[in-house]
Amino acid sequence: MSTAFDHPTYNYRVVRAFTIMTVVWGVVGMGLGVIIASQLVWPSIFADIQYLHFGRLRPLHTNAVIFGFGGSALFATSYYIVQRTTQARLFSDTLASFTFWGWQAVIVAAAITLPMGFTQVKEYAELEWPIDILITVVWLTYAVVFFGTVSNRKMKHIYVANWFFGAFIVTVAVLHVFNSLAVPVSAMKSYSVYAGAVDAMVQWWYGHNAVGFFLTAGFLGMMYYFVPKQTGRPVFSYRLSIVHFWALISLYIWAGPHHLHYTALPDWTQSVGMVMSLILLAPSWGGMINGVMTLSGAWHKLRTDPILRFLVVSLSFYGMSTFEGPMMAIKTVNALSHYTDWTIGHVHAGALGWVAMVSIGAVYHMLPAVLGRKPGEMHSIALINVHFWLATLGTVLYIASLWVNGIMQGLMWRAFNDDGSLTYSFVEAVDASKPGWIVRALGGALFLTGMLIMSYNTYRTIRASDKEHAALQANLQTA
Amino acid sequence: MNELSSFWSAWVTILTLGSIFGSYWLLASVRKGQKNNTDTNATTGHVYDGIEEYDNPLPKWWYWKYVILVIFALGYLALYPGLGNFKGLLGWTQVKEYERAMEKAEAEFGPMFAQFANTPIEELAQNDQAMRIGQRLFSNNCAVCHGSAATGSYGFPNLTDNDWLYGGEAEAIKTTIMNGRVAAMPAWGVTLGEKGVYQVSQYVLSLSDRAEDMEAVESGKALYNTNCVACHGQEAKGNHLFGAPNLTDNIWLYGGSQEQIMQTVRNGRNGKMPAWNEILGEDKVHIVSSYVYSLSNQ
Repeated sequence: MSTAFDHPTYNYRVVRAFTIMTVVWGVVGMGLGVIIASQLVWPSIFADIQYLHFGRLRPLHTNAVIFGFGGSALFATSYYIVQRTTQARLFSDTLASFTFWGWQAVIVAAAITLPMGFTQVKEYAELEWPIDILITVVWLTYAVVFFGTVSNRKMKHIYVANWFFGAFIVTVAVLHVFNSLAVPVSAMKSYSVYAGAVDAMVQWWYGHNAVGFFLTAGFLGMMYYFVPKQTGRPVFSYRLSIVHFWALISLYIWAGPHHLHYTALPDWTQSVGMVMSLILLAPSWGGMINGVMTLSGAWHKLRTDPILRFLVVSLSFYGMSTFEGPMMAIKTVNALSHYTDWTIGHVHAGALGWVAMVSIGAVYHMLPAVLGRKPGEMHSIALINVHFWLATLGTVLYIASLWVNGIMQGLMWRAFNDDGSLTYSFVEAVDASKPGWIVRALGGALFLTGMLIMSYNTYRTIRASDKEHAALQANLQTA
Repeated sequence: MNELSSFWSAWVTILTLGSIFGSYWLLASVRKGQKNNTDTNATTGHVYDGIEEYDNPLPKWWYWKYVILVIFALGYLALYPGLGNFKGLLGWTQVKEYERAMEKAEAEFGPMFAQFANTPIEELAQNDQAMRIGQRLFSNNCAVCHGSAATGSYGFPNLTDNDWLYGGEAEAIKTTIMNGRVAAMPAWGVTLGEKGVYQVSQYVLSLSDRAEDMEAVESGKALYNTNCVACHGQEAKGNHLFGAPNLTDNIWLYGGSQEQIMQTVRNGRNGKMPAWNEILGEDKVHIVSSYVYSLSNQ
């Protein structure tokens, strides 16, 4: 890629690098997702290769999509947005560049160690202690770059997108450090400092806030910039921004216990987790309303602008999954949904429908801009539209099939005969889930196909911009 | 359940109520400060990279939704345990809910199970209803090791072939399921040496007419009579007292090839059947025992 284009004020170099890695890790992570979804249908895939078993690849899938794809998207957009909304260059180019290489090293280390079987066995925090230390160092550097830039801003106020990025950066640091506290016994093995129900609670305090802060707050920051930019409309309500920001971050931190309903966790902890999760519906919808209402007066743009479609549909899925989540946190509902495919469907309504869609929309807006073109000026708008429909259809197939599977499993597990014995054995519920798993794998494959089209579109856009810069350079020399 | 100390109980209560009321206070005060009650074109006056923000009021329906959720939360915390050591007005706990469900099931199904428990296993094995229950209990508890057809797999005995490690009489089966079994075949590799292991395995193979090295069979027999005879017996028919398998019937728990037999002799085996009394209770174990009995006594 040509580095001919460098913005006079802003550091776009690191944004470009993270943007491209967003696409790369998106393809890798979702490709792994399609493989493990297929292994559930056809368990003999890679049965003879221990490194490619479901148990090894599943954590690699989650790490690659959350931290590789989602993380790169967050770094790229936060660096882009913080510069543009403060009118200040990144605090330090060297440190920014370190966060890029450091973060890529983390994901590559995950791709090596997880298939080898090194794991702390904490969901979304599987990476062993040496990698955890690297994450901490990179993250603190990220905080220095981000907050340093904010403090160099050219205006008095701080834009709402930066509130969300700031909350995300601070909270993820706290969550990561406290959940990963462990006693190392060798280079790649450690034991958590927590035990029993406390360990479980700390893990889900981390786990649910990985969703709340990593996968929600950060992406709301993204939404608050790209939705008004792409529509060319003011944000619907500043007051709503204030209430929903503070309520969201102060309530999310409580929600973890809903992952441990009806377990050894004390009753009071479960109740508190449940009611906080329920109230969370309000601030979550506050964000959705603020995004969707920003479109008022610009709805017609949806007919012609597939990037805006990505952003608006992502908000719809955000609204849907933040309604579903509080419902599933109610103990009575949870008694049916827990441990079933419904949970996985719910996560993907958020992960594919919200997180991936808003990131994809952001990348399509931002990539041309950091290449010196107009925002949204990708190689092919038609291919963005194809990507949009593949992503939407894929997400719908994915979540609908797992709703059916999840509710069916929950009902089969609790079905009684009139003599008090269980009607179905576990394996009968597994067998009945197979058609749903086939549809789910198909949905994932459609989503992945969209990402491959995006890679092609990205590649062509970069090549076109390289040519433009070369031509410009030649003109300058002959002039 | 352990009580929280009064400090931690107060901590939990204050933080929980503080978060709920604090977020409500924020909502109410932002609403109170609204300059307009309907949507406007007025902005806050800030511009960031061309982005402006309207000073629109909070949507009414959203405000009320928020209020209703807060009221629900406070009501729930009044009724259920949540605020530290406060037990909630309903006195509900998940342990009590579980116990109530178990009592209800006991009241409903207990008499039927008790009646089955008084029927001898041999007779119960002829009872269709009991066998349907037994089959379901088996598929939910035992099938994970023994297979849904009870034909076993490597390391887990086949329960349909009337070949028994600990005896196939009704009471022996029930004892096995009630209390579990821990099998211990010692490792003979060090004592016998690799050559001795080979010779013993040839002798064992000869018992099902599969030996090829007659010289080794002879030496193996001598070693067998010194070391193995105590458990497996003079005629190698095994002993139910120790769970020592019959070596003459060509039925193998850990495989019957030369290599597999040598592996067993060299390193020993430690089979483990869990005890089900604590999990299922004697009445249900009685029915499962009858089901297992029925599999080889049709």
